[in-house]
Order: sequence, then C-alpha cells, then structure tokens
Amino acid sequence: MSDPTHLSLAAARDALVSKKLSAVELTQAHIKAMEAARVLNCYITETPELALQQAKKSDEKIAQGDHGPLEGLPLGIKDLYCTKGVRTTAASRILGQFTPTYESTVSANLLRDGAVMLGKLNLDEFAMGSSNETSAYGPVISPWRRQGDLAAKIVPGGSSGGSSAAVAARLCLGATATDTGGSIRQPAAFTGTVGIKPTYGRCSRWGIVAFASSLDQAGPITRNVQDAAIMLRSMAGHDPKDTTSVDASVPDYEKAIGLSVKGRKIGVPKEYRLDGMSPEISQFWEQGIAWLKSAGAEVVDISLPHTKYALATYYIIAPAEASSNLARYDGVRYGMREPARDISDMYEKTRAKGFGSEVRRRIMIGTYVLSAGYYDAYYVRAQKVRSLIKQDFDIAFASGVDAVLTPATPSTAFAQGEKGSNDPVEMYLNDVFTVTVNMAGLPAISVPGGCAANGLPLGLQLIGRPFEEETLFALANAIEQAAPKIDYPQTWWA
Amino acid sequence: MSVDPAVVRRIAHLSRIAVEENEVMRLNNEINAILTFVESLSGVDVSGVEPIASVLPMEMKKRPDIVTDGGIVDDILSNAPAREDNFFVVPKVIE
Repeated sequence: MSDPTHLSLAAARDALVSKKLSAVELTQAHIKAMEAARVLNCYITETPELALQQAKKSDEKIAQGDHGPLEGLPLGIKDLYCTKGVRTTAASRILGQFTPTYESTVSANLLRDGAVMLGKLNLDEFAMGSSNETSAYGPVISPWRRQGDLAAKIVPGGSSGGSSAAVAARLCLGATATDTGGSIRQPAAFTGTVGIKPTYGRCSRWGIVAFASSLDQAGPITRNVQDAAIMLRSMAGHDPKDTTSVDASVPDYEKAIGLSVKGRKIGVPKEYRLDGMSPEISQFWEQGIAWLKSAGAEVVDISLPHTKYALATYYIIAPAEASSNLARYDGVRYGMREPARDISDMYEKTRAKGFGSEVRRRIMIGTYVLSAGYYDAYYVRAQKVRSLIKQDFDIAFASGVDAVLTPATPSTAFAQGEKGSNDPVEMYLNDVFTVTVNMAGLPAISVPGGCAANGLPLGLQLIGRPFEEETLFALANAIEQAAPKIDYPQTWWA
Repeated sequence: MSVDPAVVRRIAHLSRIAVEENEVMRLNNEINAILTFVESLSGVDVSGVEPIASVLPMEMKKRPDIVTDGGIVDDILSNAPAREDNFFVVPKVIE
C-alpha cells in the first residue's frame, strides 16, 4: 500500500479490519511522519514506544476478531487531556513536569475503543489563544502556506493548533481538541480540516485541564466529516465523574453520513454580516448557501439580535471562570514552584513565572470582574446577556430552523506575529462567529469549503439544536460533497 | 469603567501573581483595552432577565454520600514540588 498516512480514518479502519494493513505498519508510518515534521512543532511530547505497544496489541485483537471501533488507529491527543503516565503540560511552564496518575475520560474512551496514541499535541497555553502563539513550548506552524509567500509562517489557529496542523499535515489520522470559544472550529477552518464542538454535556470534561467550565467541550478534528463522526461516537458518553455530562445514549453518528438533507431548514443570521466583512468571505458564505440549496435544503433568513454582544460577554465569563479554575496552580500540590521567603510570596512568584502573559492577563481580568464592587456590573450582567444570546437561538430553533449556517472565521489564517501584538482585542475578534455557540451550549461543526485567493482554506460553520449532532454531520457532509476537494499541502517540511 | 496602576497592583495581588513595576503600565493599558471592549454590554437592556445558570435544562445530579475513592497517597504526592513523608511541604506559614 502507498503511504498509509494519506488514508482517511475510515479507510484506515477498513484496511486494518480487512488485514490489508497492520496497525504496526500504520503506526510506524505515522511515527515517521511525526518525527520528520518537528519543524512544525505540532507535538509537545511524542510517545512512539507507547504507540507501537498499543498497535501491537491492536493487531492481536484484530487477528482474534475482537477489535474496537477505533482499533489500531493512530491519533494525536491535545496536551490538555490528562494521560496516565504521560506528561501533560497544557502548554504551560507551570505544568512542565506534570505527569498525571489518571486518564481523562474522553481519552480513556478512545483507548477503550482501540485507538493508538502517537503523542500530545501543542496548543495555546491553557487553551487561551486563537493562533497557538501563546504556547510555552513555541508556536505551531501550519503546513499551509500562502500562495506566492512561502516564507510567512502561517498559524494553524488556536487553541487546538497542534491538533489542526497535525491532522492537515497527516501526522495522525485524527486528533482530540477542545473548544471554549471556537478552539476546535477556528483551527479546523484555518487548516482545511473538519472540527466539531458537540453539545455542552455530550463529552465528559473529567481529566481535561479546565479553562472555563461552563463553556469547555471536547471534540475531534479530522480530515473529513465521516472521520469526525467516527471519533465523536467514541469520545462522547455519560460520565458520573462529570455532573454536567449528559446521561443519554450516543447515536452511531457515522450513519448520518450520506443522509439526505432535503427539506432541512437552514437559518442564515443577518447579524453575522459584519460591517467590513471581506467580499471574499461573504461570497464564500453565499456559495455555502447555494450548495445546501442544491442539496435540497430550504434557506431562510433569521435574526440573532444579541450576536454583537457575544464576544464581550465571552471576555468576561471565560476569564472569570479561568481565574477561579487556575487558582489551583499554587506551587503546592503539583506543577512548578518558585522558591520564596514565605508562602504568599511563593504563590505570587510561582504564578508570575509559571504562567505566560496571556494567561496572567486573563486571570487578572477575571479576578477584576469577580471582585467586590464590580461583580454585578460585569459578571452578573454578562450572565444575563448570555441568557439573551441563548434565547436568540431558542427562538430561531422554535421557528423550525434545523441548523444555522455561517462562516467559521472572519478571514483565512494569518501569519505569526501579525495579530494581537499591540491590542489583545484584535486577536479576540477571530472568534466572533464561533463564540455564540459556546455561550448557548450548542453543537457546531466547521467544514472546509475550498480555498481563498491566497491559497489558504476557508471553513463554513453549521450550528445545530442541542444533541442534534447527526443533523450537523449530514449537512456538513452535503457541503463536503459539493465543495471543491481540499488538497492538503505536500510535505515541504521534511 | 477603567483601571489605574493602583488597581492593577491590587488585582495582581488578589490573583497572587507578582507584577514588576515596569509591567504595570503595560498591563494597565491592556486591561483597559479589554474593559473598553466589553463596555458595549452596559447598553443592553437586561431588565427582567435572569442570569444564565445552565445552558441545558438539567437537574443537578446527586450521588450517595459514600467514599468511592482513596488510599492513593503516592498518586496524590507524585507531582508535588516538595514532599516529606505523606505531606506537602510549604514555606513557613505561621510565625
């Protein structure tokens, strides 16, 4: 067989089960690709020996006919998921030497189903960022390059930038990711990959390093919609250890692939037509509408009037929750410690040195908006606006809309250092189309729809009703069928 | 609303993050940029709106009040920056 890293996850699965390929061969090919791509900096920690052990076991299981749904498939795990016995850094200095003694529920679910772990993928520190430039382990370079500008280092998006870049560069068949304000969908859009943030509660958050607990949700990044459906089925499910995880059975999402979308009602929100939106993005959005129409869907205009407040709401609620969640990094029980004369000094020095500037800034913002005298004006007000944002979607769905179609990002990927160096808000604006979804706890998928004039990919976002991920898979697959095929970059880095 | 250098120092202390004097003005400006950005929320009519408690209509789950885990002292201490026997060691707290 030619290079097995070019297979889709579904095709690799079928090749393993039909014994056209062994899990060890498949894993070895990925280890080789991973090791040859270190210049992209996708992996913080590589675990090739562990991967080969797991692959060997998978081959035995396949030989015995006793294989799981992901048996022998090499995946990358975002380094926000705690992995037993394997260093888990959250891309922070403060967790640089942290080795969990337990496995996150979602990664455990993947292992239960036979997956092979190639290593831990880079991200923005504590998942705070939209370009993977805040990682304490250095930025990730996207395998994509701008046409006519091969020198510029393109960002893979963030925070799941290691995941998106590794999938696009074929350094794993699929990757886990997490999404608090767009951290699955934006990197997927930037790299021509598929990323789904499921409904809040669909996946357990247990063992995933917490950022903003009311918004965080796990999901996969893959090279096509079917692969995302396969991975999500294994990742999702009830977990008594996370009281916000939902006790509902997980459908076989793969069955949604190829389902007709005829008669589905698609809402197009006028508030997403931002002032100053580039004509290329509006045209791309129109193209997406046309694709769904020709697949038989009905397209209606809808209004989500509080959209313009979503980002501001997010930048109160997420830092507030982060400031509380990250209080645990105190240099006492785990993580780094900076020596100091007394305990208070030790806390302050440890946290000043252990956290990067974006994380420090967000903790401070969060502390401020929760502090006495400001709590009502900022935090409580933001939680009220959040109710209104959610209500907008409730009204749209009550009117019979099955899903909402928007662009995933306001632009294609930019280059390192191009955004946010003077004003943090400039970087935050990247999440303008994705953040409402986390506010409302809804499922949403980013699916590639082709490339812009600069040669970089663009993604469309479909937002669904709670727990109707199947509808999203069917619609995203319809777009995938209609859109120009994504040609992932040739290997220029090895 | 906006912060000034005194407020920045106070927030830094509440956050238990040491801030060098030469960082204060930069932080001051960055925090104010963000506060200006979120200022738009003060224009939203939120009268009669309840702050969101949960995105899903979910009943708070309860479990029996019994011990389900424990006896893993070594696991718990395995990542400690400083330990002695079965204790975390910290700098002196009480004079």
